Amino acid sequence: MGQSDLILQYFLSGITKGSIYAVVAIGFNLIYSATGILNFAQGEFVMLGGMVAVSLAFFLPLPVAVAAAVVFVALLGGLLELVFFRRLRRHSILHLVIITIGLSIIIQEAALHVWDEKVRSLPYFTGNEISSMHLFGAAVSPQVLWVLGTVAVIVVFLHVFLKYTMRGRAMRACSSNPDAALLAGINIANMRTLSFVLSAGLGAMAGCVISPITLTHYEMGSGLAIKGFSAAILGGLGNPMAAVLGGLLVGVLEAFSVSVLPAAYTDVTAFAILLLVLFVRPHGLLGTPAGESVREF
Amino acid sequence: MLLQVKNLRCGYGSLEVVHGISLHVCPGEIVGLLGGNGAGKTTLLKALVGLLRPWRGEILVNGRPVHNQPAWRCVSNAVALVPEGRQIFADMTVRENLLIGGYHNAYRRMDVEMVLERFPRLAERIHQLGGTLSGGEQQMLALGRALMARPKMLLLDEPSMGLAPMMAKEVFAEIVKLKDLGVTVFLVEQNAAATLAIADRAYVMETGEIILEGEAAELMHNAAVKRAYLGKGYKEIWE
Ligand SMILES: Nc1ncnc2c1ncn2[C@@H]1O[C@H](COP(=O)(O)OP(=O)(O)OP(=O)(O)O)[C@@H](O)[C@H]1O
Ligand SMILES: [Mg+2]
Repeated sequence: MGQSDLILQYFLSGITKGSIYAVVAIGFNLIYSATGILNFAQGEFVMLGGMVAVSLAFFLPLPVAVAAAVVFVALLGGLLELVFFRRLRRHSILHLVIITIGLSIIIQEAALHVWDEKVRSLPYFTGNEISSMHLFGAAVSPQVLWVLGTVAVIVVFLHVFLKYTMRGRAMRACSSNPDAALLAGINIANMRTLSFVLSAGLGAMAGCVISPITLTHYEMGSGLAIKGFSAAILGGLGNPMAAVLGGLLVGVLEAFSVSVLPAAYTDVTAFAILLLVLFVRPHGLLGTPAGESVREF
Repeated sequence: MLLQVKNLRCGYGSLEVVHGISLHVCPGEIVGLLGGNGAGKTTLLKALVGLLRPWRGEILVNGRPVHNQPAWRCVSNAVALVPEGRQIFADMTVRENLLIGGYHNAYRRMDVEMVLERFPRLAERIHQLGGTLSGGEQQMLALGRALMARPKMLLLDEPSMGLAPMMAKEVFAEIVKLKDLGVTVFLVEQNAAATLAIADRAYVMETGEIILEGEAAELMHNAAVKRAYLGKGYKEIWE
C-alpha cells in the first residue's frame, strides 16, 4: 500500500469513528439545549444500543432487533429523565451533571451484570469483510457505508425535525427562552424528556451500526462520552449541526495521530483537542462568544 | 367577569412583594395598572399566568380558579401575556416566533397571515431572526406572537418601555385596535398619561398594594396620580 493509500485509509477510518462521535455530540447538544445539563451518560446509550441489539439478534431478524434496541434505549433515556432530572430540577445544574456521571457508572455496572465483560458484535448489516469495495486504493467495508449513511440520515432527520416541525421548533423555543415557551403553552418539562428520548435513541442507533466495526463492550461508553463531549465543545455547544463537524474532526485527527503517536495514545488526542479548545476558543469553531460556552460552569 | 383577583399575595423566597391585591377586568375593557419601579407589577402578572405560585388568594378566569395551574396551561384559558422586555426567541425567525405563539392553535398558519396584515413591518422581516429586530419591531412581534394563541384576554407588561415616543405611540394605537378583535386588555404601564388616554378603568399600585382605582377619565384629573406619574413634561409628548 502506498503512502497516499494509507492516508486515505486513515481518513476513512477517522470519518467512520468520527461520525459516531458526531452522533454522541449531537446527543450532548440536544440535552444541553433543552435542559442545560451536560449528560455524561450519553456514551452509555451507544453501548446499550449495541448490547441490546446483539442480544435480540439471537432470536429476531437483524432489522427488527436494531429497531427494538433503539426504541428500548430511547424509552430508557426518557425514563431516566423522568425519574432523576425532572424530580431534581430544583438542584443546581452542576449537581445534575454529576448525577449523569453517576448514572453512567451505574449503567456500566448494570451492563456488566446483565451481560458480561466479553466483547460482542452485530453481524455486518449487508455483505461481509470480504465484500469490501476498493475506492482509490483504500478498502471500504460495506458497514462503513452503513455508518456514514445512517449518520447522514440522522443529521438530515434532526435538521428537518428542529427546523420544520412544530415540536422541533418548540424544542428550540424552550432552549431559546424557557419562560416565553411556557407562555406559548409549551410544556417544557415534557420537552426536556423528549430531548433525552431523542438523544438516547440516536445514540443507540449509532451503537448498532458501529457494532460490527468497533465491537460492543460494556466499558465503551465512557470513552465515547469524552470524545463526543470534545466534539461538541469543538463544534460549539448548543448547535447540533456544529457537532457533526466537531465529531468528524475529532475522528480524523485521532486516526492520523496513530501515525505519529504510539497506538496506546489515541485517546489522548480527544483530550488534547478538548483542552486546547477550552483554552483557546471555549465557544467552539462555529459558536459565537456571546452564545453558550462551557465557561458557564 | 373575565378576570377576578381576590386578595392575592405572592413573592420570592420569603419576601412578599404583592400584599393582598384584589382587582377585576370585565370583557371588552381596557384596564390599566399604573405603578413605579419595583411596585410589584411584573410579579403580579407572573402570578396571574402561573409563572409564580400565589401564596394566598384566588385568581379566577371566567369564574374558574386558575391559581394552581402551571404556566403552560395559561393560553388554554385564553389568557396570553406579553412579557416585560418582550422575550422574543432571538435565534428564531419572525415567522417561527409567530408559529410558536400559536403552538396550540390549529389555524396557526392562517393566523400568521392575519398578524402580518396587522403588523406590516413584521411582514417585511418575516425571515429575519427575532434578535435582529429593533425594540419597536420586537414589541410588535411579542404582541403578534401573543395574538397567535387567539386569546380572549391579553396581559401587557410595559409595552412602551424603552421605546422612542413615536414608536410608543404606535404601540398604544395597536392596543386600542385590539378592541376590534374582541380582545380584553390588562395593560401594565409606567406611562400614565398614555395609558389613561386609552383605558376604560385603571388601578394604581404602590409597593405591592392597590392605592387607587377608578375610571380612567377620573384618574387623569386625580391630583395624586398627576403628581406621581404624569410629571410636568408629559404634555409636550402627548399633545
Ligand atoms: N426573581 C426575583 N427574586 C427576588 N426578588 C424579586 C425578583 N423579581 C423581582 N423581585 C423584587 O420584587 C419587587 C417587585 O418587582 P417587580 O419586577 O414586580 O416590579 P415592577 O413593578 O414590575 O417594576 P418595573 O416597573 O421596574 O418593572 C422588587 O423589589 C424586586 O426587587
Ligand atoms: Mg416590571
